Amino acid sequence: MKEKIRIAAGQGFWGDLLDAPVRQVEGGPIDYLMLDYLAEVTMSIMQKQKSRDPNAGYAKDFVPLIRRILPTCVEKGIKVTANAGGVNVRGCADAVIQVARELGFAGKVRIGIVTGDDIMSRLDELLSRGIELRNMDTGEPLATVRDKIQSANAYLGAWPMVDALNQGAQIVITGRATDTGLTLAPMIHEFGWPEDDWNRLAAGTIAGHIIECGAQASGGNCQYEWRSIPNLADVGFPIVEASPDGTFVVTKHERTGGWIIIPAIKEQLVYEMGDPHEYITPDCVADFTTIRLEYEGRDRVRVYGVEGRPATEFLKVSISYSAGFKAVGTLVYSWPDAYDKAQLADRILRARLDRLGLKFDQVLTEFVGVNATHGPLAGPPRADIPEVQLRVGVRGQDRSAVERFTKEIAPLILTGPPAVTGFAGGRPKVEEIVAYWPALIPKEEIRPVVEVLDA
Amino acid sequence: MKVQLTKLAHARSGDKGDTANVGLIALQDEFYPILVREVTAERVKQHFKGICRGDVERFELPNIGALNFLLHESLGGGGTLSLMTDAQGKTFSTALLRMEIEITQQEALEFEFS
Repeated sequence: MKEKIRIAAGQGFWGDLLDAPVRQVEGGPIDYLMLDYLAEVTMSIMQKQKSRDPNAGYAKDFVPLIRRILPTCVEKGIKVTANAGGVNVRGCADAVIQVARELGFAGKVRIGIVTGDDIMSRLDELLSRGIELRNMDTGEPLATVRDKIQSANAYLGAWPMVDALNQGAQIVITGRATDTGLTLAPMIHEFGWPEDDWNRLAAGTIAGHIIECGAQASGGNCQYEWRSIPNLADVGFPIVEASPDGTFVVTKHERTGGWIIIPAIKEQLVYEMGDPHEYITPDCVADFTTIRLEYEGRDRVRVYGVEGRPATEFLKVSISYSAGFKAVGTLVYSWPDAYDKAQLADRILRARLDRLGLKFDQVLTEFVGVNATHGPLAGPPRADIPEVQLRVGVRGQDRSAVERFTKEIAPLILTGPPAVTGFAGGRPKVEEIVAYWPALIPKEEIRPVVEVLDA
Repeated sequence: MKVQLTKLAHARSGDKGDTANVGLIALQDEFYPILVREVTAERVKQHFKGICRGDVERFELPNIGALNFLLHESLGGGGTLSLMTDAQGKTFSTALLRMEIEITQQEALEFEFS
């Protein structure tokens, strides 16, 4: 057994710095590269892409990335875990295999794929058996939006990925797998942790939580002493150096920017946290109130003391459904009396929308520069505020009403208050809203499928 | 005397649906008991009046000197439904740091607040 493995985060979300994973692979020693591509609504975007093109439906960026890093990964023995497969894991794997062959690695690289998370085609059968998939936030049964559903996937944990790694996969591609599982799986695989070693599974889960948002653990979006953070232009993404006993060190490659300091790790620990006593994943329940942090040198923070409890009997399901349409229009008003002008423009716009008889579920006005982030907490603006952006959003079920709204913004320039600009982008775009429906499903309903293919 | 939270804590916030979470972290370990005493769920609910329409829950993490707040019904429906600039609640962290809290004369002297 290895005494230490180094797992590097390469992407905090689909759209993160393209070169970050390359720099993780080339910038120093690592054993694993983990890549988190799936935010809550990403699956529905991929579902849409797949309905237009049966070969699409996964994180397209992943394939050119593999082309860039595979030779180095093979040379150094670096393995990759990625939930890049979206709603088309096999399509993603095929594209990766194609690239591996083109690079001359036919028969030399094994690709693991994890499926079984997609329950879209089973929804009616599940509902008919009384599995209601109620919304975890609102308590509503899924039947209320049944005809609007676009995708439905269970979150799989680390174990199917462990299975793929145990079978010799160098690259493991999953669909809807938890981001924490991408980091935990290599530890289980290397250290042989048993399925009920809740403390160590919780430790690996917390390691995953710390690095799953990429540089948000290494100086990005860090409030603590933010002016002093070195060289963010060249920020190093975080790396977990894990030990068999479940302790780990968070670090980053030498000669990179950003920092690994306890206050920044604390900020990431509390990010998107619910009840800290129970951070629930498919693999365990981690207790964030047991975490201990200490320095172990420059840019090295040791994490220890983590305790966990048995996993629950359920998996979380992420369901996306079509929930109407929205559009946001903006205009910028300048000094003098910028805020007064923007407010008058808003009243004029609303009067016109009323006169047109347009019905919306919501109309929201914000004044950027005055109240868009802190609302009433910001207090009244200075009288001589140099400029204010009027930002009006509407949302509704009727696409044509939202469409009509987008045509009422530009006319304000010639028919409203003076000293207005900022319309270079043209009419606002109408966006279909794909909303997120979190639910729970009994674990026994989901059967993950693991295959390992030769390139 | 009154002190703004930004002198005692840093924070990070995020979202889960229509709920914003704010993790409030003591800048020094000695400040944590003051946060526990002063930054109650009720005070936070009051602070976010007009923004948070639901309940506020508070959880304590003495191990890292932090409090975690859940502000329910705060993000205009949350996720893709929300029309807000800050639909993900990313700036709720600094919004909380605007809060003014009461510290004792002794604390003011001990921690050199003026």
